[in-house]
Amino acid sequence: MKFERYGIGVLKGMAVTFRHLFRPPITVQYPEEKLVLSRRLRGCELVWYPEKCTGCATCAKNCPQGNIEIVTHVGNQNNYMVDKFEVDTGRCMFCGLCVESCPYEALAMGLCYEGAKYRRRDLVMAKEALAISDSRKPSAYARPTIEASLPKQSLLVYWDRTDGGQKLSLFPLSKKRGRGV
Amino acid sequence: MTLKTEPFILNVGPQHPSTHGVFRMRVTLDGEVVVDLEPVIGYLHRGIEKLAESRTYTQIIPLTDRLDYLASMTNNFGYVLAVEKLGGIKVPERAEYLRIIMAELMRISSHLMAVGFFLNDLGAMMTPVLYMWREREKIMDLFEMVCGQRLTYNYMRVGGVSQDIPDEFLPALKRFIDEMPRFIDEYEQLLSQNEILLVRTKGVGVLPRETAINIGASGPVLRASGVKWDIRKADPYSIYDRFDFEVPVGSTGDCYDRYWVRIQEMRQSVRIVAQAVKQLPAGEICVKVKQPLRLPAGEVYGHVEAPKGELGFYLVSDGSIAPYRLHIRPPTLINLTALRDMVIGWKIADLIVIFGSIDVCLGEIDR
Repeated sequence: MKFERYGIGVLKGMAVTFRHLFRPPITVQYPEEKLVLSRRLRGCELVWYPEKCTGCATCAKNCPQGNIEIVTHVGNQNNYMVDKFEVDTGRCMFCGLCVESCPYEALAMGLCYEGAKYRRRDLVMAKEALAISDSRKPSAYARPTIEASLPKQSLLVYWDRTDGGQKLSLFPLSKKRGRGV
Repeated sequence: MTLKTEPFILNVGPQHPSTHGVFRMRVTLDGEVVVDLEPVIGYLHRGIEKLAESRTYTQIIPLTDRLDYLASMTNNFGYVLAVEKLGGIKVPERAEYLRIIMAELMRISSHLMAVGFFLNDLGAMMTPVLYMWREREKIMDLFEMVCGQRLTYNYMRVGGVSQDIPDEFLPALKRFIDEMPRFIDEYEQLLSQNEILLVRTKGVGVLPRETAINIGASGPVLRASGVKWDIRKADPYSIYDRFDFEVPVGSTGDCYDRYWVRIQEMRQSVRIVAQAVKQLPAGEICVKVKQPLRLPAGEVYGHVEAPKGELGFYLVSDGSIAPYRLHIRPPTLINLTALRDMVIGWKIADLIVIFGSIDVCLGEIDR
């Protein structure tokens, strides 16, 4: 190939890289700074409401992996008592079909995203580990009623820190260690 | 004394950074020149077609996410279109528009990845790809806002989409489509006239028009060879006939044309998204479908223009809750058959460039 003036294209490219020197950084220092994730996050665990669950096993039927194990017995008022509710999060692909299908809204996706464990057996979550508590918050995936109560997601689209002309001070970051919510 | 020479057989891959996954090429070399190439696939085979036979129609949607994992939304789209075609299910207007918005954002995202890594293969180590990843990250943020995950979306359902968009989605999307053309201009300034890129790609790995048609190539690979074939125009599915967009076509079919076609397609996708946002109606997002869904016995072929080419789902139903057979026509597997014709006669360094210009995704080649 022949060029009229060799090097013009490279210089034009350099101008783009030079422009980037004056742009605000878009990366964050991950374990110290954390971006706020989506309100509908399908995080790495499920949140289970023991008092709402009737043991109907609709979630287990809708799971593509056959990953939810439920054992029940008939209680005093002719209702189902859940003896065992177990999810192997190592096999779960977090598609959210169980949460969408639950007729009693007794199952929700969690907001956690740091799910590494040291042992494979720790990935199997039983009743107590799945139940809702202060440290395990449900996300708004297929549960639009709690969407407003969760923090706003930090979006890279507002990379120059303006939200419709309104100046944002920084990305809304949480500096707390541990959970990202 | 005469020097005795013999061809040298070189393995490229399966674990090689420029094979974009676990793909192996058995290359026969004469010095540095490629004389033969044999692709070896199957390292990522998960048996998705067989797994689909034991799952209900809804449960297959998360499996289709894992075909071309860089364009999950389009895979969802193609599959639900096939199911809806056989079941005769009518989709609400709003869901159609949301599907188009997602599919076109996915095309931008996939092309950004393709162009970025193509430059990476050329030796522009990481600078262009990180500029492009910044824009891809914005799209992934938007997808995460809507469906909660960044790669395996599982967003579309038979009869619509799984969830409506939240309130802050449209302002963020409008901002994205406002600034995206400027960023594409910036990429073109960075790359399109770069002498190194031009020397390495112009006239390299030419795929002639007739060969491209004969092997059944589709997508940017076919269009770069000068064939104006886009399923969105040729066989309009969903509501693509309502949008005004052009199909960029290359002239020679070399690596540079494939790069150029992808850049231009991003511009057209931005146009489609802008029109769809303007026309987006209010209303239902999903029709109620009886669960588990039973389709009438029969067979159907649904296809979409995925970012990499024609993605087809051939579905055979026997009237039960699971498909009798689901065959997937992945675009890059068919496009990959052109690789041998393109690389013979070129040097080993060009092999990486030519392979990168096809933009393969091993998830859908091996499925």
